[in-house]
Amino acid sequence: MAKIESSLLNIGYLETLSCQQTPLHRLDPRVKLLTTLVFIVAVVSFGKYEITGLIPFIIYPVTLIAVGNLPPGYLAKKILLAAPFAFFIGIFNPLLDRAILVHLGPVGISGGWVSFASIMIRFILTVSAALILVAGTGLNAVCLALERMGAPASFVVQLLFLYRYIFVLTDEALRLVRARSLRSFQGRGLGFRVVGYLIGQLLLRTLERAQRIHRAMLSRGFDGKIRLVRSSAIHLKDAGFLVGWVTLFVLMRWYNIPYLLGHLVMGLAP
Amino acid sequence: MHMADALISPAVGGTMWAATAGLTVYSAKKLKENLDEHKVPLMGVLGAFIFAAQMINFTIPATGSSGHLGGGMILAILLGPYAAFLVMASVLTIQALFFADGGLLALGCNIFNLGFFPCFIAYPFIYRKIVGEQPSPSRILLGAMAAAILSLQMGAFGVVSETLFSGISELPFSTFVLLMLPIHLAIGVVEGLITTAVVSFVWKAHPEILTPAPFSPAARGHSHKPLLIGLALLAVAAGGMLSWFASTHPDGLEWSIKGASGKEELEAPQEGVHGTMAWIQEKLSFLPDYGFRKQEEEKGGKPGEEKGGKKEESWPDVSLGKSLAGILGAALTLLLAGAIGLGLRKYYSPGKG
Amino acid sequence: MSHHLVEVRDLEYSYPDGTFALRGVSFRITHGEAVGIIGANGAGKSTLLLQLNGCLLPQAGTVRIGDLPLNKKTLSHVRRTVGMVFQDPDDQLFMPLVYDDVAFGPLNLGLPLEEVDERVKQALATVGALHLKDRPPYRLSGGEKRAVAIASVLSMSPSILVMDEPTSYLDPQTRRQLINLLKTFQHTMIIATHDLDLVLDLCDRTIILKTGQVAADGPTRRILQDGELLHASGLEKPLCMQGCPVCPAGQSSANL
Repeated sequence: MAKIESSLLNIGYLETLSCQQTPLHRLDPRVKLLTTLVFIVAVVSFGKYEITGLIPFIIYPVTLIAVGNLPPGYLAKKILLAAPFAFFIGIFNPLLDRAILVHLGPVGISGGWVSFASIMIRFILTVSAALILVAGTGLNAVCLALERMGAPASFVVQLLFLYRYIFVLTDEALRLVRARSLRSFQGRGLGFRVVGYLIGQLLLRTLERAQRIHRAMLSRGFDGKIRLVRSSAIHLKDAGFLVGWVTLFVLMRWYNIPYLLGHLVMGLAP
Repeated sequence: MHMADALISPAVGGTMWAATAGLTVYSAKKLKENLDEHKVPLMGVLGAFIFAAQMINFTIPATGSSGHLGGGMILAILLGPYAAFLVMASVLTIQALFFADGGLLALGCNIFNLGFFPCFIAYPFIYRKIVGEQPSPSRILLGAMAAAILSLQMGAFGVVSETLFSGISELPFSTFVLLMLPIHLAIGVVEGLITTAVVSFVWKAHPEILTPAPFSPAARGHSHKPLLIGLALLAVAAGGMLSWFASTHPDGLEWSIKGASGKEELEAPQEGVHGTMAWIQEKLSFLPDYGFRKQEEEKGGKPGEEKGGKKEESWPDVSLGKSLAGILGAALTLLLAGAIGLGLRKYYSPGKG
Repeated sequence: MSHHLVEVRDLEYSYPDGTFALRGVSFRITHGEAVGIIGANGAGKSTLLLQLNGCLLPQAGTVRIGDLPLNKKTLSHVRRTVGMVFQDPDDQLFMPLVYDDVAFGPLNLGLPLEEVDERVKQALATVGALHLKDRPPYRLSGGEKRAVAIASVLSMSPSILVMDEPTSYLDPQTRRQLINLLKTFQHTMIIATHDLDLVLDLCDRTIILKTGQVAADGPTRRILQDGELLHASGLEKPLCMQGCPVCPAGQSSANL
């Protein structure tokens, strides 16, 4: 089934990207997580008609992609794939908000289009920030960061286990679906009952596997608590990363840089 | 179905995050109290299972479109509400991180919409009430359908409310509701059917799995009050803090112009949508930033150079110059950013790092 | 300290749904012995192994590990002595990184971090997987997973190693590497397997299980040459003892 295979490949690819050794990858995950969150909040805190003020924020994903040796084409594709919901809600804006907000020469642009553009720009910025976080850090490190920053241990353990077995289980699901599709001659698509059966089978196998894992854990002395050994030193470069970017975000939020820049350039022209 | 960061405001995002965080901590605590240590591997693997199961698409007859399982109900039935909530939260987190499904800020909303409603409301108050201590095929069907449909309706309503309060999308309440609820009714029916099919399948093979986890409604009502009060306080605090943050950063309507050319036309339509908004705002005064924004729009924003932005004069004249400056500046900024990016890439890629 | 390290007496076990799995199983295994447990599918091999560290508890009969009788109270002690390697390494490697999996046991024992670190490195080095310590388990090949699974058990310093189908899913060379590795171990080993050539190579003694009962218990050479006995138990001679299709009649490539 295309979707299962592609999502397996997808997670696998992001995982591979996150194993690289670049200056970005070597930064402490807590710092990257915090910076990403501040970035998102800053972007999202603009008013709905904002466009120019948002543009300088692109510097964050652009820099990280460059430093972290991440593939921009791949990220762009993923952003595109995730766009539909935001797009379809956003597209109502031009339909509902028809008042002319600005004139570009003879052409009047309605507020709706402006806010729609703003929505799409926000989308690109926030989604790229999230993807870059994973591609530049890896899920295991993000989970550790979460734990260090106060998330409940059982939730972090849950995330780690889930991630650990995602490949195993999607593999099994894939095999089940393939086996079924090889035997179905009535065209594509699965009806309810078959899906219920497939998922039920998958569930039973999952439950059996859970029991085996539990046995393996007991055999090594499991007492209910999962312990992880990690070093947690924050270096100067980590702090510098955080402080530097947050300061920049605050500045870009406060001042509208494109406007300043444009004014400057126009002021220079005769 | 998932909220996106692009449609959310910090106030709403932060509030929902506070609520979700509170629920997560609470669920984790409950898990520890019940000493369900054998659930650790089970929860992890079931999370992966839900993830994988969501990939199995089916065709919805007569529409040709495809749908897939949500999973909250199945989890709640197998694990009980607390563990199920944590598992749902973990699945949504992975989706947000790896598939850009929703966003990081909106994750709080999504976990709430897709986790809280099925696990803490639909499961105990609908499914359990119907199915009781002795499951039977018809009861399972009824319980699962009712619970799935209702939890999805609640989730959809959550999405609508969150979008509304964020004020980024123009969709008015009525239109959005009319759009979302019927679609999610259909999705709910589908979810109910799959849940029933799966639960029945498992029940026939291993009935002991479905023995309900200890969860007495009486105790529940009692223990949730302090939680709800705490959450409400958190929400108010978060909302207040965040709106203060937002209000000190003026909206930019820098190169837009309320100016003469637009002003008159602007106000009338504004009444419709924003009028309603403002009215709601007044009623729920912990989102004061929206009201601020409305004032701003009517009076015209000052270009970003000034921090205050509370200037009351409107700009009667939108000079072409101003718009041009904005566009020019935007283009320059993009070029600059691109150049920096390329430069860094060159610097960092050949063998570096 | 009892000379008989593993003693099973009149063991009986049936599954919750009522199917009989083991009946009247008795044997004694002494320190340093390598014992192969063979039998057809469903004979009860895996069930028997699970009795040895208390994952399953018998309905009748006793299990003694060293000085301790196996019961609910002695479980944690027993599990330090008996290290179990399961059939599917994916069930055994559940932590985010290889290091975490190998450290899991020692950390549960409450050892200090430096000691844990030492044991992890030692165990990984023994199986030749030290270079894998920072890898996530889903990035390992079948052989690597198997090696790390063994390391995750070794780090607890057990005196008895119990293994369920250790050579399954391995390609021939990796299998050979594993056999060579196991030959260097001083532990008492109990291996349930379909790989009769492995048993011939590694185990001095063999126990045949047939429908939950002990059908034979003796020196490997003798048992694996007894074609009739093997056949009656749903097995056959190891491949290397069967007529070699290439060599002149009678010769085999047994002793590698």
